[in-house]
Amino acid sequence: MNMPLYVSPEQVMKDRADYARKGIARGRAATAATYADGVLLCAENPSNTLRKVSEIYDSIGFVGVGKYNEFDQLRIAGVRHADLKGYSFSREDVDARWLANQYAQILGQYFTHEMKPLEVELLVAEMSPEGGDDRLFHLLYDGTVMDTTSYVVIGGEAEAIGVRLDENWSAGLQLREAIQVAVGALAGPDRELAPDDLEVAVLARDGERRAFRRIEGDDLGGLLG
Amino acid sequence: MTLPLFTPDQDPGPSFLGLLERMGMGPPDITGPLEAGSVTHGTTVIAIRTTDGVVMAGDRRATSGHLISHRSIEKVFPADRHSGIAIAGAAGPAMEMVRLFQLQLEHYEKVEGSPLSLEGKANQLSQMVRGNLAAAMQGLVVIPLFAGWDERLGSGRLFQFDITGGRFEERDYAAAGSGSLHASTVIKLRHTPDLDASTAVDVVVEALFEAADEDSATGGPDPIRGIFPVIATIGPDGFERMADEDVAARTTVLLERLGDRSDR
Repeated sequence: MNMPLYVSPEQVMKDRADYARKGIARGRAATAATYADGVLLCAENPSNTLRKVSEIYDSIGFVGVGKYNEFDQLRIAGVRHADLKGYSFSREDVDARWLANQYAQILGQYFTHEMKPLEVELLVAEMSPEGGDDRLFHLLYDGTVMDTTSYVVIGGEAEAIGVRLDENWSAGLQLREAIQVAVGALAGPDRELAPDDLEVAVLARDGERRAFRRIEGDDLGGLLG
Repeated sequence: MTLPLFTPDQDPGPSFLGLLERMGMGPPDITGPLEAGSVTHGTTVIAIRTTDGVVMAGDRRATSGHLISHRSIEKVFPADRHSGIAIAGAAGPAMEMVRLFQLQLEHYEKVEGSPLSLEGKANQLSQMVRGNLAAAMQGLVVIPLFAGWDERLGSGRLFQFDITGGRFEERDYAAAGSGSLHASTVIKLRHTPDLDASTAVDVVVEALFEAADEDSATGGPDPIRGIFPVIATIGPDGFERMADEDVAARTTVLLERLGDRSDR
């Protein structure tokens, strides 16, 4: 008779966490930081078509790192959720906190009940049109949610990048400074990142309903230089 | 409302209408005809192609049978940054169509990461009008005009529709609604191939004025209440609605030009 193999729950959870962490650490990092006129979203991404940074709703943005198909599916689900909620109720009723909670539920569900955890780390950013209440939600592979009003780093080498960002970030930076600080932190001391290696967008506090703007090509080069 | 996740074979793709259907929020089934007088109708809308893009305009009246139900409804809306939609017909379904169309364009752009082509937008609207056919047969007709700036061609384009979803691109101008016949006669007489946006605004002000003069369901300018037609220009810089004061000033010029009509 075969004996059922016993594995302690601690071991199962640790294995799953290691598996997810390894998957996420393989990808390049991304960061979001608040600045004077909105929220900056910035990812190291040599691809011009497979996006890590995208628009969810009027003043809500999304950044995902890890396994592309997994975070992209979550991104689309977020767009769908936000558009449905705005259609059923009103545009003002769509908020990032609710979306972050939904993501946390899904990530937690996968982590404990599915074959394998999702190898993703997400960031949901919300710019407050009146200012003073910009919010960043940081979601881990196991459904853990953290919220801050300063900056978040996700993906591989997040800790080292976070340390570098902490040295230079301060509240109320201008866009140019914020981009330079964020890109400098992503690159580290030994290399430089060109505009082509980056995907940069802002949730701009400029009175427009849809606040998400990509900053690309020469515009980005100008801000980096 | 939980996060809408789908298996690949159930995925509605970038279509918001498809998503609504999957979520059980599709349009209601309509049974039995409705009394014409019980439904609010919006009337005259027009669009003219100019050298700078397109000018769209609509009067402000809504009627229920022979009664005026609203004096200041709007029938011209931005569809997205570079296109606009104007509607004539049953006001309720028309407003809903506008809202869904706006959402559909934005939803597509967000899911896909790039906007639809102008042609694609027009076809999308055509499908929505066709989807309304059953309701149209019961008296809830919605006829939109769609116009926009085509980035690829570098020019303005405008489209007219019929109740079956038939999509017809017009070169110079289009009109829909009960006053459209009179409005388009004015435009026809005033239209030139080198019409610029500013002159076209004067033409639409006159066209709507004459339509209101002949058609009881079209509202004329109402200086007492400060209600004037909604006029929007669409060009390379996008959709822009003219300020009411500007339309009021144009109307004053028109009225002075028309002079005394007591002998006509």
